[in-house]
This record gives sequence, C-alpha cells and structure tokens, in this order.
Amino acid sequence: MRAPVSDVPISFENVTVAAGAVTILDGISLTLNPGTPTILIGPNGSGKSTLLRTAMGLVRPSQGRVTWGGRENVPPTRRAIVLQRPAMLRRSASGNIRYALRASGVGRTEQQSRIDELLALVGLGQLADRPARRLSGGEQQRLALARALARDPAILFLDEPTASLDPAATKAIEDIVHAVSQRGIKIVMATHDLGEARRLAGDIVMLHRGRVIETGPAAAFFNTPQTGEAKTFIAGELLV
Amino acid sequence: MIGDASALQLVLTGDPALLAIVRLSLIVSLSAVVLAALIGIPFGAALALIQFPGRQAVIVVLNALMGLPPVVVGLAVFLALSRAGPLGSWGLLFTPKAMIIAQTVLVAPIIAALTRQTIEDLWLEYRDELNAMNVGPVGRVATLIWDARFSLVTALLAGFGRAAAEVGAIIIVGGNIDGFTRTMTTAIALETSKGDLPLAVGLGMVLIVIVIAVNALAWTARRAGERMAG
Repeated sequence: MRAPVSDVPISFENVTVAAGAVTILDGISLTLNPGTPTILIGPNGSGKSTLLRTAMGLVRPSQGRVTWGGRENVPPTRRAIVLQRPAMLRRSASGNIRYALRASGVGRTEQQSRIDELLALVGLGQLADRPARRLSGGEQQRLALARALARDPAILFLDEPTASLDPAATKAIEDIVHAVSQRGIKIVMATHDLGEARRLAGDIVMLHRGRVIETGPAAAFFNTPQTGEAKTFIAGELLV
Repeated sequence: MIGDASALQLVLTGDPALLAIVRLSLIVSLSAVVLAALIGIPFGAALALIQFPGRQAVIVVLNALMGLPPVVVGLAVFLALSRAGPLGSWGLLFTPKAMIIAQTVLVAPIIAALTRQTIEDLWLEYRDELNAMNVGPVGRVATLIWDARFSLVTALLAGFGRAAAEVGAIIIVGGNIDGFTRTMTTAIALETSKGDLPLAVGLGMVLIVIVIAVNALAWTARRAGERMAG
C-alpha cells in the first residue's frame, strides 16, 4: 500500500531560486496550511510569481527544499494554479475544462455535468462553445479559474488574476475567489493591489527583493505593521 | 493519344491521356505528402520537445535539408532502387512507387522542419499549463499536434507545393514512361524539349490551377476550423 499523496501543507525550507546571477527568491522559509486565504503582497519584481510557481512545482529551488505533505517532488494532483497570463488551449471554453478534467482522470460520463457546473460557477455558461482565445481578458481569467478548479484542488494559486481588469471584472473574480474559499479550498494569491489584499486576506505574506519581510493575520498586518517596508507599502508610498 | 491539338482544346475536351497524366501526378504527390507527414510530424514534434546533445546541429541540418536538390534525391533513390542497389530486389525502379519514395524523401524534411518550429513555439506557450495539469510526455505531444493542427496544414501545403512542382527526382526514378510514369512536370520537360509547346503550356496551366485549387481548399478548411476551435 502506498500512502495517499497529499499536496498540503506546503513547506519552504530556506528556498533560494536563482536565474543566472540574479537571485529571485532569497532564503524563503514559509509554510502554507489549509485555512483562510493567504495573500502575497509586494512590489513588482519582489518574487511573488516565482514563489507561487515554486509552490506549484513549476520552478525548482536552486537551494533549499519544498515539500508537499512532507514529501519532495510530489507531482501536482490536488494543487492548481492560474498563471498571470493563462494560456488558452486552442479549444472551446468547455473544451478547455474538459481537457483539465481528462488530465486529472475524471471519467467521460461525469465530465459534462462538471463542465456545466464549473462554467456556471464562473458565469460563462452562455459561452461554453466559444473558442477560448476569442473570449475577453476577464472571461479568459474566469475560464482559467474554472479550468484550475476542474482539478478539484485542495490548494489554488492565483497570480495577480485581476491585474489588468476593470472594476466589474475584478469584482467577478473576487466573488468567485471568495466562494471557492468558502468551500474549503485554500487560496494563495499574489497581488500588488492593497485594496484587494484587504478584501480577501486571511493572512498576509509580504515579499520584497525575494525575501519574506513580514507575515501575519491581515488585521494585524494592516493595523500594526512591524517593519519599515510594510509601513511604507501600506501607506501607499513607493517601495523600491 | 496526345497529338498536335492546342493546349486549350486538350484541357477543355478532357483528353483521356492528359487526364491520366494529371491523375498520376496527383496520386504521386499526394501520397508522398501523406507519407512525409506520417514521418515528418512525429519527428518534428519530438525534435521540438526532446533536449539532447547535438540537437542544435540536427535542427540546422534539418532546415538545410528543406532545400535538397531534387536531382540529387532522384539520383540517390535511383542508386538505392537500381538492380545492383541495396533495395534493388524490390523491383520498384521506373514505377510510380519509386516516384512516391523520391518525393517523400524530398518533402519529409520540409514538413519536419516546419512542424518543429510550430510545435516548439506552442510548447513555450503551453509548457507551464500542461506541467501544472500533470500531463505526461505522450499527452503533451498529442495536445500540441492537435492544437497546432491548423498551422501544420501550412507545412503540408509547403510540402505539396514542393512535390507537385518538382521534376528532377521523378524523371530520374520514374523514367517518364508514356502512360505509366509520365506526370505533368515530366511531360512538360519532354514536350518542351521536343518543341511541342502548346501541350507543354496546357499542362503548365493545368498544374498551376491544381496547385491554386489545393491551396484554396486547405485555406478554406483552415479558416473554417479556426472559427470553430479558435
């Protein structure tokens, strides 16, 4: 008997990621547990995307190690990611979700009901047959969310899913994220939008120049930030 | 029998000898494209996805092979299939099958090289998503070929254009035998050297019309498919 593979908790132990001479993540130690959403904040280039991609297993640490449920090199089974610029497969909206369902081993008979359910969740039921690449930016983000959820994840990584969206499209995404979190799926989301962080966060991880500057429950972080960088960032001043 | 009738007359009356020549040309070139696709698409996809030492050199050589001189390919296939050659026992020299083999050798590198480029570009776009969905190597190749299918049609068309237009390879291995291995291009070469210019011009026009028609058909299919699948 093999022990069931689990994706959570995810632990970073002194993880460094370097690309050539550039250090992107610098000695990160962090544990992501089930629970309320964890929001990664920090300026552009602080390492948010790389941290998410490393937690997903798409990037290997140069030093240190990442464990999923206590084990290294666990292929993604119950974790999923919405990339900053999701690639739309050259298929219909429902075809994209069907692909993800098939990849995670959902049987043919079950697929159609899951597709209908997921498209309804993200409000794309009317556009099921539209080629995914013909959808608007906001619609593509929602389809990417549905496609990630098709993997029935225990933990879902979101990389600035609302970065280039207008307020209405942003609200649509945030409502879905909220609903997904209520279902018990752990959300780990990167954003540089403080308003969004306040609206969604259970707790905050602040990154700057590849290091974790400050972590803690959202209320404490926003009301009584401990570090100079966090104070500067929350005050809306330019943190460089 | 094709006599001294004018080009237009032959085309308009559907001269049986001319139709046989057109038919054989299409059979040879289309068969060669199908065979070359069966070889070139998997090879190109594998080359796009598998990293190994010397890969860059293989890509350079493959790209260079797109410009293989047809007469050299014809000569090589001739030597291989001639009675004393390694494949001489097959008895294929001066048959349509020999012509299909020669054109397959010409077209396969074109399809493989264009497939490699197409699949590699798509892989860069899809890589993180497919890794995140835990898609294995076989699934990756299948997904990339399927999602690139409309671009791959262009590779097939390039291969067909090459096959339909060339004369050097098939005239050597086919022998331009009247009623057996005579195609449009070999007939044009023969009739021009004999001085029967109207027939050569007529065949030339038919050839161009066919190439345009095949491209138009593929273009229409591609547009329709893209509208449905994005």
